[in-house]
Amino acid sequence: MLTEEEIHEITEEINRFPVKKAACIEALKVIQKHRRWVSDESIEELAEMLEMSPGEIDDVATFYNLVFRKPVGRHVILICDSVSCYIMGYQQILQHLKVKLGIVYGETTRDDRFTLLPIPCLGTCDHAPAFMIDEDLHRDLTPENIDDILTKYK
Amino acid sequence: MEKPLTQHIHPDKAPLDIREYEKTGGYSALSKAFQMEPEEILEVVKDSGLKGRGGAGFSTGMKWGFIPMGEDAPKTKYLIANADEMEPGTFKDRLLLEGNPHQLIEGMILSAYAIQANTGYIFLRWAYKRSGYLIKRALKEAYEAGYLGENIMGSRFSFDLHQHTSVGRYMCGEETGLLNALEGKRAIPRAKPPFPQMSGLFGKPTIVNNVETLCCVPHIINHGAEWFKGLSLTDEGGTKLYGASGRVKKPGIWELALGTTLREILEDHAGGMQDGFFFRGALPGGASTDFLVEEHLDLKMDFQSVMDAGSRLGTGTVVVLDDRTCPVGMLHNLEHFFAQESCGWCTPCREGLPWVEKILLSLEEGTGREEDIELLEFHSRNLAPGNTFCALAPGAVEPLQSALKYFHADFERHITEKHCPWK
Ligand SMILES: Cc1cc2nc3c(=O)[nH]c(=O)nc-3n(C[C@H](O)[C@H](O)[C@H](O)COP(=O)(O)O)c2cc1C
Ligand code: SF4
Ligand code: FES
Repeated sequence: MLTEEEIHEITEEINRFPVKKAACIEALKVIQKHRRWVSDESIEELAEMLEMSPGEIDDVATFYNLVFRKPVGRHVILICDSVSCYIMGYQQILQHLKVKLGIVYGETTRDDRFTLLPIPCLGTCDHAPAFMIDEDLHRDLTPENIDDILTKYK
Repeated sequence: MEKPLTQHIHPDKAPLDIREYEKTGGYSALSKAFQMEPEEILEVVKDSGLKGRGGAGFSTGMKWGFIPMGEDAPKTKYLIANADEMEPGTFKDRLLLEGNPHQLIEGMILSAYAIQANTGYIFLRWAYKRSGYLIKRALKEAYEAGYLGENIMGSRFSFDLHQHTSVGRYMCGEETGLLNALEGKRAIPRAKPPFPQMSGLFGKPTIVNNVETLCCVPHIINHGAEWFKGLSLTDEGGTKLYGASGRVKKPGIWELALGTTLREILEDHAGGMQDGFFFRGALPGGASTDFLVEEHLDLKMDFQSVMDAGSRLGTGTVVVLDDRTCPVGMLHNLEHFFAQESCGWCTPCREGLPWVEKILLSLEEGTGREEDIELLEFHSRNLAPGNTFCALAPGAVEPLQSALKYFHADFERHITEKHCPWK
């Protein structure tokens, strides 16, 4: 069930647009902010609020890279896999993460601490390789300095 | 050399707040502009030679000129700053967004006045968290100071400006995909015509401009068209944010005269190649531009010159390929991006790009066949402009077709030696 707070925030978004449907992406962001991901149940409830079918909402939700339709861990690591980071060797960072965390792309650690996902260019190519953890950007990564970074996320 | 766009940007410091920005002459272009007719602003921008910095290099003044004006024009019109910056290898708009958000806001108010738009959006990429936070603060300050909202500075002009954060997809940066995303839909492109200037966001006249383009406008209004033209080394006006990434000594970003040569960018500013690495080629302006090679080092990096050399200036952020990176591997990385970000709307791109990606992977894995090169050449032709619904696919094959030309022998070696020579 969507909470009162979520419903309130979604209603505010709906009121900002000339048509209800237009609030779809904003509403998905509200839900994800509160729950980390967007479940089928949430989509169904949202469908009623926006006067859309659940399928129409899923159509939008699944299109975008950063709407999570499966549960994610407490922290999401988004590692840049684009060209400048490729040239600067992001593959080693990725390999290190995979071994250390015991997961591959799309998976979450058993203790629910980290989910690992790729993301296109983070716009910090002069400090490649780079990743984001939650809302923080980390750059100039080396296999040596990432262990320290990870300890900050409990 | 003058650096109007970045003169007040210090990457390790917080950006100017509104009072500091005003002290440097910020927002002073507004009172000047409000004494001019919108058409006069448009003329100045046209005369300045400003070309869009989002990649296509279309004249900004001309683009604005298609907006319906006057009494009969729709009351609602939109101006959108394209801050989606997701082109791999590109990191220039981030500098402007984080470094001086008021400059963008002032540029948007002026541009909105020129086309008489009453509502604006800054369409920002999700990953640009710091930009989002700084823009939000700057918008609040600008509203409080009366630069945004009803009857700005006592004039008859009103303009509301909002920030919108996207949820990640390269197609959000394509101008009509962006409009669909803003309307809460999938970011697939729209058929043109009607062009956004006639029927854009929610069916209303709309202009979409790149962040860097809009940031030029206050300086053009303050100093005039001739001054702006004079900043450049060619007849396209202004300065340009040029960047370099890859195995250069000092990767970074610099505001230089438009038309600075590739050599000067790479040697004088990026410090040349790292020790032990040699230059093999470069994408001049992000992932979707054709490779340039050694013979192009003295090329002027303006829109026309780079086009004449068979590539595109694109975003002006150079990605350098060195001798220790496999060109086929690099290309596979690029095409993986394009295949993933294809919106799937039209068949040649939806089917073609994953095909290209797979062939490149097989070359990398040593299972490539002689006919694969012909297949790659076929796809380069098949995804050319005119065959697909939007510019994503034509952009995707620019590095492919040029790599086939300049690094042909490297492709061949992958096939004959049955493995990647770099591995
Ligand atoms: C797939 C694709 C992605 C694009 N992404 C961006 C982008 O992130 N930022 C941008 O300014 N322009 C982007 N463009 C170009 C825009 O469609 C548009 O031409 C530009 O925003 C116009 O602004 P300008 O005239 O100021 O250059 C993209 C184009 C395509 C085809
Ligand atoms: S070219 Fe690709 S991205 Fe553009 S409409 Fe066709 S499928 Fe979508
Ligand atoms: S390619 Fe990784 S930050 Fe740009």
